[in-house]
Amino acid sequence: MSSTPARTEQAELPLLDVRNLFVDFRTTTGTVGALRDVSFTLGRERLGIVGESGSGKSTVGRTLLRIHGKNGIVRARRLQFAGRDLLGLPEREMREIRGRRMTMVMQDPRYCLNPVLKVGNQLAEACRAHSTMGKAEAWQKAVDMLDIVQIRNPARVAEYYPHELSGGMGQRVMIAMMLIPNPDLLIADEPTSALDVTVQRQILHLLDRLVAQRRMSLVFISHDLNLVSGFCDRILIMYRGRIVESCAADQLHAARHPYTRGLLDCAPSMDRKVDRLNVLVRDPAWEQ
Amino acid sequence: MGAMIEIDRLNVSFGDGSQAMRVVDDVSFRVAKGECFGIVGESGSGKSTILRTIMGLNSNFTGRIVIDGQPFETRRAREQYRHIQMVFQDPYSALHPRRTVDWSINEPLLIQGYPDRDRLVVEMLESVGLSPALRYRFPHQLSGGQRQRVAIARAIILNPAVLLLDEPTSALDLSVQAEVLNLLDGLRRAFGLTYVFVSHELAVVAHMCDRLAVMKQGVVVEILSAEQLRRGDAAQEYTRELIAASLPYRREALAG
Repeated sequence: MSSTPARTEQAELPLLDVRNLFVDFRTTTGTVGALRDVSFTLGRERLGIVGESGSGKSTVGRTLLRIHGKNGIVRARRLQFAGRDLLGLPEREMREIRGRRMTMVMQDPRYCLNPVLKVGNQLAEACRAHSTMGKAEAWQKAVDMLDIVQIRNPARVAEYYPHELSGGMGQRVMIAMMLIPNPDLLIADEPTSALDVTVQRQILHLLDRLVAQRRMSLVFISHDLNLVSGFCDRILIMYRGRIVESCAADQLHAARHPYTRGLLDCAPSMDRKVDRLNVLVRDPAWEQ
Repeated sequence: MGAMIEIDRLNVSFGDGSQAMRVVDDVSFRVAKGECFGIVGESGSGKSTILRTIMGLNSNFTGRIVIDGQPFETRRAREQYRHIQMVFQDPYSALHPRRTVDWSINEPLLIQGYPDRDRLVVEMLESVGLSPALRYRFPHQLSGGQRQRVAIARAIILNPAVLLLDEPTSALDLSVQAEVLNLLDGLRRAFGLTYVFVSHELAVVAHMCDRLAVMKQGVVVEILSAEQLRRGDAAQEYTRELIAASLPYRREALAG
């Protein structure tokens, strides 16, 4: 890959450096604190962010891309991507990063693709937005990308409209689109939660392989602790807008925080038969 | 032998003529009284259609549905509807957004002409672990888990024999799922209910059910016990595939 040398130079500096990040949303009924004092760094690794609904895990991804919505107020001591301050960056320069160096795959491809444009045209548009490619060349690149994400008969699928795709194909198309600019960081927000289990596996293997081949960093947002522990290098566990625990993915079984332990314990398991499932007892102290 | 549910050669098709699509294909199974029977399969396998057909929400079926010795046809007596109740996946859309919890639980009693409804509603709220303070709330004022408890309360207030559960915890967080599954398990024992439990998650079905059917494209591939499922002791390739997909994810060998 042509861009590899430039990347190794940056290897010293963390790709993401987040210190004391607060995000508040102003609503008609008052201000809601979505993220409270979140700090982490990300190198060339796969970081999993896990939590239940409302824990703020998706807000982290959206804040990094600055697509958090106009009513969101972001404060941070530091919010840097590859050494550049994301908070102070003018929107024009932000566009150089968003969709080019940092891209995002969301949960449900049905809501992310334009329903009235052919898949091939949407992919070609992504190519042309980030280069000076001609139309024919961009279309060819689109077909090549569909091939890379293992869509059978890519030339034909490029002519499809989104409603003609199955859930798994739609998610492959989204991944293809996000990989076109060869980003440094891919943020995947519950990329497989809307899919059937066997399709989930295929998409995970695909992501696994592509992230490794392209040496991308990955932020993987999910509610599924066990999935993340198998897929990522490191895990952050979030509860009500805070990071309550951070651990190496293979050390999840040794997690210390009572919330993490509680979550692990209340999942039904295939291996052992229990009479009653353990129930998570929430402690107000976790919010401090 | 005390079978509560007998399904015999059930076929369901949608559409006419050459457009007809058979979504349930020659399905037969029996569920004993007090048993929890699971149905697993991927989307489009017909598992929810079976529940809706048993419930009486589909009229275009062939085959026999017998509940507690009584055949259930397309046209049913009001008393027959009381015997079977259903809980849906998404409690957001299953409850009337502009009616209170009290109204939702009361309505089935009203339709069936029950006396002493006030007392029954209060007792039922307690049985499903909801505070009496929530009685006059609207669905949007409740959490997902509370809403699902309301849906369960509404389903069992008529003392049904059979409860059909269509992915009752798929829309809930893991910690809330544990609470709702425990509640369902307790209610089955307390009220002597028979469950048919549809889910795409094998671990949930293995926890809740005694036996389960694996479905693929409208056909029951095999019926096995929860014990066999735990051991991975499946006769069919497709079942083994499903089990493999439910095991913890393992990364592929990494290229540098």
